[in-house]
Amino acid sequence: MFYREAGQFKTSYAADMAVFPLRQDRMVVYLFLLFAFIGMPLLARFNIGVFGQDYIFNGILIPLLILSLAAIGLNILTGYCGQISLGAGAFMGIGAYAAYNISLRVPGMPLLFFILLGGGVSALVGILFGIPSLRIKGLYLAVATLAAQFFFDWVFIRVGWVTNYSSSGSVNAPQLNFFGWVAERPIDRYLVCLLFVTIFAILAKNLVRGNLGRQWMAIRDMDIAAEIMGIRPLYAKLTAFAISSFIIGVAGALWAFVHLGSWEPLAFDIDKSTQILFMIIIGGLGSILGSFLGAIFILVLPIMIDLVPSAFGVQVSVQTVTNLNFVIVGALICALLIYEPRGFARLWGIAKEKLRLWPYPY
Amino acid sequence: MTRTRLALAVAALTVGATAIAEPAMAQNEQFFPSLVYRTGPYAPNGVPFADGVADYWTLINERDGGINGVKIVFEECETGYATDKGVECYERLKGKGPTGAAYFSPLSTGITFALTEKVPGDKIPLLTQGYGRSESRDGTVFPWNFIALGSYWTAADVAVQYIAKEMGGLDKLKGKKITLVYHDSPYGKEPIAALEARAKKDGFTFKAVPVTHPGVEQKSQWLSIRQDRPDYVLLWGWGVMNSTAIKEAAAVAYPRDHMIGVWWSGAEPDVTPAGDQAKGYKALMLQHGPGEFKVHQDLKKYVISKGKGAAKDDFAQVLYNRGLINSMIGVEAVRTAQEKFGKKPLTGEQIRWGFENLNLTEARIKELGFEGMIKPLKFSCSDHQGADVARVQQWDGKNWKTISDYFTADQSVLGPMVKEHAAKYAKEHNITPRDCSKSS
Repeated sequence: MFYREAGQFKTSYAADMAVFPLRQDRMVVYLFLLFAFIGMPLLARFNIGVFGQDYIFNGILIPLLILSLAAIGLNILTGYCGQISLGAGAFMGIGAYAAYNISLRVPGMPLLFFILLGGGVSALVGILFGIPSLRIKGLYLAVATLAAQFFFDWVFIRVGWVTNYSSSGSVNAPQLNFFGWVAERPIDRYLVCLLFVTIFAILAKNLVRGNLGRQWMAIRDMDIAAEIMGIRPLYAKLTAFAISSFIIGVAGALWAFVHLGSWEPLAFDIDKSTQILFMIIIGGLGSILGSFLGAIFILVLPIMIDLVPSAFGVQVSVQTVTNLNFVIVGALICALLIYEPRGFARLWGIAKEKLRLWPYPY
Repeated sequence: MTRTRLALAVAALTVGATAIAEPAMAQNEQFFPSLVYRTGPYAPNGVPFADGVADYWTLINERDGGINGVKIVFEECETGYATDKGVECYERLKGKGPTGAAYFSPLSTGITFALTEKVPGDKIPLLTQGYGRSESRDGTVFPWNFIALGSYWTAADVAVQYIAKEMGGLDKLKGKKITLVYHDSPYGKEPIAALEARAKKDGFTFKAVPVTHPGVEQKSQWLSIRQDRPDYVLLWGWGVMNSTAIKEAAAVAYPRDHMIGVWWSGAEPDVTPAGDQAKGYKALMLQHGPGEFKVHQDLKKYVISKGKGAAKDDFAQVLYNRGLINSMIGVEAVRTAQEKFGKKPLTGEQIRWGFENLNLTEARIKELGFEGMIKPLKFSCSDHQGADVARVQQWDGKNWKTISDYFTADQSVLGPMVKEHAAKYAKEHNITPRDCSKSS
């Protein structure tokens, strides 16, 4: 009913290796992308429903896209390569501050390069902090990345050069000028983020299916066995650190430049790290789709819970709603981890299997 | 099973979507957003302020039937003092009501910095009473910011003047040691520039000691203060950091009457947790202190006794009163704007004009029931602070007692700093400062 696969034959190796081998999946993804890239701007243009408001873009979609990107980055390291990292916030911060400093000190360079170079600096630092992962594993590595988090928190606050000796420690992003086109309206900034996220999601998805991704997964599943099979742990682990930090750094630069506009070191503190880690745990370790689902759960659900009482005209004080929020989200996380420890991506996987077999399950 | 789950998911989404697309409000209403924090480590200070803000708006509705008949509608949004949540709240509330939000008062320096970048595009004024960017006093570069009553630089300057008076004159400051214990965030860092400038001018040794957010861990800072023995300690804390600082000062036997808090470190929630150890602790006043004035009688009559008030034990406390003043300035700005644009709901741009032309004279303040709380306040195109005075109060174990007269901040030090920092901001943002001789 939902998936009628009969008649879909694969006649080439390329077709067999496609990211979405089923035509129905492909269609849904294409339609979704079409909606995201063309439908949304049209809805916004003609002020249809909630899409006429800035809030849906500035308040929900832009942060959602950027944090999804950060979650994809962390998922490469933690989900695919098995290296637990508690330093995602710090790497976002490195991307943001590096982009800021480059924009400040190299005038005349296009904004796009700042953001990518921010990711590049973050990748270099990621490699540096990835070196200990060759010797230490599991929770001990988590502690080492936690050290990176606190070290960079300290750097952002204490080293004056990083913030251009700003008296308050807070810095401002430059104008969002992409080769002469200024992203000013919320819809423009949404499209910028969407483009970054789409490109990196496609790249990441293909990377994890390829040679490198298989090496990472081999290391994750059993590093000694992988080494015996000829996979170099040094290369596999450091590439995972570098690529993961690069994506997280780009996400950080976007978070600072596109979302906040002006930020302080506190924007990239340990809370951000744990938030992103929760996203990939809830969404599903080792899944690109899971990164998005986790980001939706962690970011959008609390906002929805916030909005629900007023939608029904019920007057509830904000502290009650906020505390309820903690209770509900906390309980849902616990329930999810008990009933499906592998996250939303796995839930979707099961649902898809059932949909494919329906109505004749066996 | 899948279908019921799917149905549930669809239902949840629909609810969420309708929640965002709220029904349009009645027409003769002005929407006032309120960014609050009633939870988290800063809630003890956030709650009384939010209560004061809300109760004054309720008073205007209950007693006067709104601002010249235009009803106030307000909505709170919880920020938890986090910048990203504050930005989300701002986006959520800015478009509500028939004409959009009147003005924002985030009560957080971090959120103020982020919103300063956003308000010029959305054309909504930002009323930051006694906090925020000190250089935003310069209205030619920051047309949308109104740093009413005083900035951190004002506070730092007044604190130094008070210390000098205690010691018997500005010339006695030479060679003395003043240490600043500050919340390590834009909020705590703001006064450093002004204190360094004063240190250079008056010849005292200035040292800044940071405390990490949220400020419950400051043992090492106070040990270093014990070694260093500064003559005075200035405290720039917020929330739980303040009471912790007082307790730690007591632990290293640093005299509390040589500690001076900023006006955000001088309220009841800052001293009561420290008990007797807080006795003698001093703090600056953002002009006003705690206690009941004429406006409080009206509040009791029209709001509290009818059960419509938000206040509980915090009625007439320092931060509650500050919330009242914050709302009063905002409401009066709207009233001023109504004189020009008509008695109807106004846009943020029109209300900005109201702020800029706000003139709270002594007579008007008396009429509003705020006599004794604040001195006259007058904004202008170039001056978005409007006042330069502060007093000092002392905690006697039960109450805050005003112990000084008004000090006026030294403009010969601060004026050039405001100009210089504002010019730097203007250059970074490609802003051409407005010409105040031309605009009305």
